[in-house]
Amino acid sequence: MSIVTVQLGQCGNQIGFEVFDALYTDSHCPQGLCSKRENEAYQASCKERFFSEEENGVPVARAVLVDMEPKVTNQTLSKAAQSGRWKYGQHSCFCQKQGSGNNWAYGYSVHGPRHEESIMNLIQKEVEKCDSLSGFFIIMSMAGGTGSGLGAFVTQNLQDQYSNSLKMNQIIWPYGTGEVIVQNYNSILTLSHLYRSSDALLVHENDALHKICAKLMNIKQISFSDINQVLAHQLGSVFQPTYSVEGSCHYRRNPLGDLMENLVPHPEFKMLGIRNIPQMSENSLAYSTFTWAGLLKHLRQMLISNSKMEEGIDWQVRPPLSGLPTLGKASLNRGLHFNMSIANLVILRGKDVHSADLGGFKDSALYTSWLEPINAFNVWKTQRAFSKYEKSAALVSNSQFLLKPLDTIVGKAWNMFASKAYIHQYTKFGIEEEDFLDSFTLLEQVVASYCNV
Amino acid sequence: MITKGAFLILSLKHVLMQVNFSFEGNGTFLCISYYSQYKAQIQPRYSEYHNHAVLIDMEEGVVNEILQGPLRDVFDSKQLITDISGSGNNWAVGHKVFGSLYQEQILEKLRKSAEHCDCLQCFFIIHSMGGGTGSGLGTFLLKLLEDEFPEVYRFVTSVYPSGEDDVITSPYNSILAMKELNEHADCVLPIDNQSLFDIISKIDLMVNSGKLGTTIKPKSLVTSSAGAVKKRHQKPFDAMNNIVANLLLNLTSSARFEGSLNMDLNEISMNLVPFPQLHYLVSSLTPLYTLADVNIPTRRLDQMFSDAFSKDHQLIRADPKHSLYLACALMVRGNVQVSDLRRNIERLKPSLQFVSWNQEGWKTSLCSVPPVGHSHSLLALANNTCVKPTFMELKERFMRLYKKKAHLHHYLQIEGMEESSFMEAVSSLSGLIEEYNQLDATKSMPVEDFPRLSIAV
Repeated sequence: MSIVTVQLGQCGNQIGFEVFDALYTDSHCPQGLCSKRENEAYQASCKERFFSEEENGVPVARAVLVDMEPKVTNQTLSKAAQSGRWKYGQHSCFCQKQGSGNNWAYGYSVHGPRHEESIMNLIQKEVEKCDSLSGFFIIMSMAGGTGSGLGAFVTQNLQDQYSNSLKMNQIIWPYGTGEVIVQNYNSILTLSHLYRSSDALLVHENDALHKICAKLMNIKQISFSDINQVLAHQLGSVFQPTYSVEGSCHYRRNPLGDLMENLVPHPEFKMLGIRNIPQMSENSLAYSTFTWAGLLKHLRQMLISNSKMEEGIDWQVRPPLSGLPTLGKASLNRGLHFNMSIANLVILRGKDVHSADLGGFKDSALYTSWLEPINAFNVWKTQRAFSKYEKSAALVSNSQFLLKPLDTIVGKAWNMFASKAYIHQYTKFGIEEEDFLDSFTLLEQVVASYCNV
Repeated sequence: MITKGAFLILSLKHVLMQVNFSFEGNGTFLCISYYSQYKAQIQPRYSEYHNHAVLIDMEEGVVNEILQGPLRDVFDSKQLITDISGSGNNWAVGHKVFGSLYQEQILEKLRKSAEHCDCLQCFFIIHSMGGGTGSGLGTFLLKLLEDEFPEVYRFVTSVYPSGEDDVITSPYNSILAMKELNEHADCVLPIDNQSLFDIISKIDLMVNSGKLGTTIKPKSLVTSSAGAVKKRHQKPFDAMNNIVANLLLNLTSSARFEGSLNMDLNEISMNLVPFPQLHYLVSSLTPLYTLADVNIPTRRLDQMFSDAFSKDHQLIRADPKHSLYLACALMVRGNVQVSDLRRNIERLKPSLQFVSWNQEGWKTSLCSVPPVGHSHSLLALANNTCVKPTFMELKERFMRLYKKKAHLHHYLQIEGMEESSFMEAVSSLSGLIEEYNQLDATKSMPVEDFPRLSIAV
């Protein structure tokens, strides 16, 4: 089954390119560490999910590029075409002349309705190319105007028009120290709208990705390209094919469906995060060897201590003793907060994958009481190595990991809202104070739910 | 008094056709509508570069000079509106008399220009506040643009009169113009000649100090035009005007060129104007020059960020570091990545005061293409209470004149002008100053969070 990707705004398009590039590069990687037959099945599966075939044999990404100004999409299209390995469809791009001005209201209320038909037509065309549609993957930032506002609008439309298909939104959480002044407003409006219309929100924080680049990849002058590549690597490690229950050479057919089934048991809890291990620069890779035991031990601790990478993990954090009540909101500001999970999915790729022991993740202390670990925890495997890593493990989790960042953003947006700053920029385009209040209410509800998990 | 303006046109991405001209005249100003740069990319020949400028002056001297000078191919007579007698340093003449006289003509030229644009994003108005034409007719034009093109942003670069200004009526003209700026401009970038002059003096000192080993890279001066490093600035206005030209170039660079984090012009207003009246932005440009031999990239880069906040680099007499920030934009050009930006924001943040509801009030952009002669550059725009002293001084100078009713009759004899016009203008300015006062009062108060909505679980 295929996934149609919608790339929105500068962020969405820049990331989208890196994602398709990572997927393609990995699927054509010679060091698969598996049999030729397995490798071919892997390649074919990846191809079916993300690329369609064109006459001259160059795979075409199953993607629609949307932006309200042309510079980035032009760049993205030509970068892909120049690589000679894969490309975007000639007519898969929709862009306008003037951006959204970092204004969620403009993206949602002006651009949305104005270009609804054109954008949905493009998506429809892409859907028709699929034999069978698994769902949509929408890449967007929260801080800007197009990705956030138009992204919310398009997601809503997808819900109406393709009610039987799944939608996963990849959203980018902006730097805490500020990239766009109205980023908190744009973020809460985006999150509240997506919470109603999307099936799952896969969140990546710029701060976390930045740290990975600095500490693990040892990059001195970090560019957005570097950050996007780390992100693409993480997404690739989740979305590349893994075996279905039938065993090797039979790859999972419905990646989005399976992800949703495993990770989103309840619509109140939709926020997912990815952790990946190991992650390092190519130079260091040559000198490292790993054991599954070591990798999984680190990954588990990363989960429960809410660490975003394998360096600087707090080993003091332990799961609470069963029987004690959860601490509630007061614990938000306390140090050793244990990260409670609702559901977890571990994906293992590479050598001796069958020997990996995942007992640590099946501990009921890690999970909320209303799900049995057997339902809350799943594991996918494939012998086929991912992107030069002999062994690699990814963890997709639905847990409290985003609780603090969410609470922080809501708090900052609320302070700004209380002083009425910048509100006139939104009311100008039809987003009223009431709409803000609705968003705040919904998100406070989400914060409370995750807090009391 | 001679007020000069200059306009630098960087027409093509790779072909560095840098053209510079200067013009003299009382209150001459340019009104330019901006359009996307990529159009120029497909028309690589300079002579085909289609600019959308309207040049207006109520005297012919300056505009004629332009048409005979090196920019004669850039502008043609269809873009001009001129008269003969000038406005006599009288805002009322510029605004009321010439306004009504030329309204239709101006509108017609603007409409024609606008038709050529794929997508009209904003108007740039460049003028002085102290004279008659730029100040009066310029602000008349503002209202006209608001009515005719309500959805197009209006950016105004205003040259405020310095202390040693020898136009006696400049306080009147400035205050009358301020009211219009308050009400009809989306964003104002105030500039004063004294600050520009101080900057070029600093550069002169550097160039002529003959320090051992310090050679300035040619073309790298923020004041340079065609490249040669002048020994001493003969005509300071040329250099001063170039600074303003560079300001506008850097402001529009991210909209014209590619980068990893683009910033369109409509984002400036969105991010830097929290309340409609508070739309005055203090600007600073760094570096002023680039030393040829220095080989310590990171330190030099960080120095650039530090300089942007020093009072010596501001284009108006202001000290943002010791006042209150409502918002700040950092527009970087050249080989600078997001990590450099983040590192410097974190480094400088503790020494700056931001208003309680915008503690992380940073807007950032990264444009890959640096300006000519530099490897990187930074334009900082600050919405900061440090503009207040400028406005207060202006008000004081106005009151000194007005109390004695000096020169008032020149204004009152113009139809449509009454004493109430003056009173309303002062009142508008007082209101603005009061807003800044209230914000300043919050400076030393502790930052408290507003109580959040409580949800029944």
